[in-house]
Formats: sequence, C-alpha cells, structure tokens
Amino acid sequence: MPHIPLPEGVPGPRGPMLFRPEVMPPMSEMAEILMRGPSTLTLAERELIGTYVSAQNDCRYCQTIHGAVAAHYLGATQVQEKLVEQIKCDPFTAPISPKLKALLNIAGHVQQGGKQVTAEDVAEARLHGATDLEIHDTVLIAANFCMMNRYVDGLATWAPDDPDFYRSRAAALAEHGYAGSSARS
Amino acid sequence: MAHITLPDGLPGITGPFAFRPETAKPMRALAEFLLRGPNTLSRADREIIATYTSSQNDCHFCQTSHGAAAAHHLGGPSELAGNFALIAEIKRDFESAPISTKLKALLNIAGHVQQGGKRVTTGDIARAREEGATDTEIHDTVLIAAAFCMYNRYVDGLATWAPKEQEAYIPMGARMAHEGYVIAPAQSPALHPEAVTV
Repeated sequence: MPHIPLPEGVPGPRGPMLFRPEVMPPMSEMAEILMRGPSTLTLAERELIGTYVSAQNDCRYCQTIHGAVAAHYLGATQVQEKLVEQIKCDPFTAPISPKLKALLNIAGHVQQGGKQVTAEDVAEARLHGATDLEIHDTVLIAANFCMMNRYVDGLATWAPDDPDFYRSRAAALAEHGYAGSSARS
Repeated sequence: MAHITLPDGLPGITGPFAFRPETAKPMRALAEFLLRGPNTLSRADREIIATYTSSQNDCHFCQTSHGAAAAHHLGGPSELAGNFALIAEIKRDFESAPISTKLKALLNIAGHVQQGGKRVTTGDIARAREEGATDTEIHDTVLIAAAFCMYNRYVDGLATWAPKEQEAYIPMGARMAHEGYVIAPAQSPALHPEAVTV
C-alpha cells in the first residue's frame, strides 16, 4: 500500500504526479527530452541506460517498464527481452557495442554516487566515440532515474505483476511519449 | 577539471545548465516549485531538506549553496552567522539540533530516501504524521530528497567546478532564496541560456 493515498490503479510515478499535478509538467518534460528528444544516442540506448540504473536501484516498476520500452524499440521479440535481462544482470558480457558498455559503466557509477565517476570512465567512453553531449546525457539520464526510482519506491507506489501489462504500456509509451495528457510513465 | 568541456567560471550546476539549456529549463522549474512554490512547509524547511540530502550525498556545491539559501530564509544579515551554525548542526546531527520535531521527522524520511526509496518505512511515515505532517508535505519531502539525489549526481558526476570557501556562497544563497531558480541572477550569464554559446 502506498505511504500516502494515491489514485487507485495508477502504476509507478504517475500516481504521485496525479496527486501533485504541479510537478508533472517539469518531470514529464525532462523525461521527454532525455529519453525521446533529438540525440545521437538511439531511443533504445537511452532506455537501456534508464533500465540498468533502475535495476541497480532495485526499482521494480521502473526497470520493468523501461526494460519493456527498450525491448519494444529493439524489435519486441523474446530475443530482445532476453537481451534486456542480460544487460540488467551484466552489461559488460552482453552482445552490445563497446560504446554502450562504456556509457552503462558511467551510469552505474552515477547510481553509486556522482563522485564515483572517474576520468578513466569518461576516457573509455570517448575512446569508443562518445561525445561530450552523449556523456552529459548519460550522466543526467542516470541521475534522473536515481530521482524517479526514489520517488516511486519512497512513496511505495503500486506496480502491476503481469508482464503483459508492461508490454502494452511500453508500446503506448513508445508511441505517445512521456509528455502530454496521454503519457503514462 | 570537469569531465566534459563546460563554460568557464560557472559554479556547480550552472555549468551543465548552460551546456544543455533544454534540460535546464524543466530542472529549474522543478526546483522553483519544490523549494519556493506555494506550500505549507516553509521555504527554509524545504531548503534544509535539500541541504541535508546533499550533505548525505557529499555534494559540496549543493549542500553549501542550499545551506546558504536556508540561512537567508531564516533571517536577515545580522542573523546569518547563527543561521549558518544551525545549518551545520542539522547536517551533523539533526536529531539533536534545535528544530521542530516535525522537521526532524521529515529529515528522517529524506535521509532514508537518500539511501534508497525502499528504505522509507511505514514507521518513518507514521512518525511524520504524529508530528503533524500532511500527505502533501510527506510527498514533497520524498520528492525534494529524490530530486537532490538527481541534482547532486549531476553536479558531481560531471565533476563540475565549485568555489571551496563558504563566503562565495553567501550572495549566491541570497539570490537563490530571494530571486529563485527560474529568474536568472544578473551576475551569472549562464542562467540566460540565450546569452551562452553552447
């Protein structure tokens, strides 16, 4: 049961954002720009960064929904769902680009604390072609999920159990995004 | 040195804000609403929650600047030294600091949010309710603490530059307290994205 009375049947951060509608525009806009705005990082790469950080923060709702969105962008088959699971468990042995591995390494260090990000982490990402803007966005996506994960779990919000719920919600998010009245993050 | 090339001479979060104005806008709007918007929690109490969380995250820029903003909210120039001492005491051990039992209960929640969302217990919430906290105040405490877990990581994850000495933060804290987070302090060109070449 949530720590405060929230609208029933609304999963994840949307419950508290409906409870406190003033915070929805800036929080939705931030998600929309970071996860779906113009970027040289693909939509799937950004969702994988969010998913990995949420897994490290042990946030079930966020890692499941963003993992489903990532799998949706990658092709929405069981193969992609398995790949997402593998990345959550151990991104460094997963069949993904060295650049994405380096960015996930940075994201994992941001999750532990800002000061855990080292010059070596950043140099490794640059070596594999990451730009300053991509490094910036990786740090901010990871930091943003450290907020969202705490918002979701710190208020003990509801998260459905049914994997199909996340698959269909992911398809809706991929189509409509995080901003606007139809957004369901 | 910062991990990426940021505009020179801009302290803390204002460097990456100038680097990426698109994300700065909602981040500033969120801070403005949470720390200065209409609320039954005082602006000082909200800045104290932000300061304590930033201190637990060991973020020098955020804990010093928001601590200065809290000190300014708590009183005028003649009271600043005492207010800074109170902020230092709260950061060191809020349970024994001379603040309300309600603020202590909210800081206890914020400290648990900092450790991880799941660390917030029903006992923490019950304690805050017993001290008179409303659902909205509990919500805002959780979100302020969560938001500073973002801002702190943004500031330190990019290794931004920040002044060391507390004196530098006195005028900065006054601007944050009295002018806010959206209206740009005149002294800081970075806060006008259009004036900055990214």
